Amino acid sequence: MLISEHFTPVSALFGGVILGLAASLAWVILGRIAGISGILARALKGRFGWEQGFVLGLLTAGLLARLFFPELALAHIEAGYARLILAGLLVGVGTRLGNGCTSGHGVCGLGRGSPRSLAATVVFMLAGVATVFLWR
Amino acid sequence: MNAVIGVFLGFLFGAGLIVAQMTNPRKVLDFLDVSRVWDPSLAFVMGGALVVYALAYRMSRRSPRPLVGEGFSNPPRWPIDGRLLAGGFLFGVGWGLGGFCPGPALTALGFGGPKVAVFALAMVLGVLLHDGLFKSRSPF
Repeated sequence: MLISEHFTPVSALFGGVILGLAASLAWVILGRIAGISGILARALKGRFGWEQGFVLGLLTAGLLARLFFPELALAHIEAGYARLILAGLLVGVGTRLGNGCTSGHGVCGLGRGSPRSLAATVVFMLAGVATVFLWR
Repeated sequence: MNAVIGVFLGFLFGAGLIVAQMTNPRKVLDFLDVSRVWDPSLAFVMGGALVVYALAYRMSRRSPRPLVGEGFSNPPRWPIDGRLLAGGFLFGVGWGLGGFCPGPALTALGFGGPKVAVFALAMVLGVLLHDGLFKSRSPF
């Protein structure tokens, strides 16, 4: 296996530290787990609180990147519409069923040393690798 | 107050994802694709975030409550059950098909474009579908 020429260790680590800081602040300031699938599910119901604010913050970050740093606002999507709909449904149902996604289990859960999160992370990583291996 | 903090935290989280290029599904799929040339970037993103979070979590153990919230919302200690593993599997398959997980999808939605909008809409539908079928037992 060869390492890709697109490997960006510095920006990956830097970006990871920034989003890790955001997740840490959610815990230290609000006492909440920054799991985006849970935040989204709760943002869809109830009155405007921190979850709705968080989703708005994510959208705003994307919008401002698009306006001021268009070279960073790249989303190259290989999948067609049918595959994207299937993918979206699976991500929505799966993250709710498993109570977490890459952020909730992969960052917060692992950071807390949760065995459940470790199990979930291993499963979704392996399933992701197997899926890409089969279709790509 | 909490909503304002939420906007700030979401913005910071989204900025981190953009800097790390996790909002680009190709970058994510290049990580999951181990058959040809591999891009390990995603592991560095998770690793960086994980170290920061683990340190912050350890430090928070000394304080009785968060700065603003009433208490720390510690997840209940459920066992590793079929529901967790099935959910992780379905999510992993969807992640591998589209190259999007929830955070990057919502951030890239701000970039605009029909494809990410279709994915995000399907994802919201999936969340509502699940929460409608099963009474969600998750407190977060």
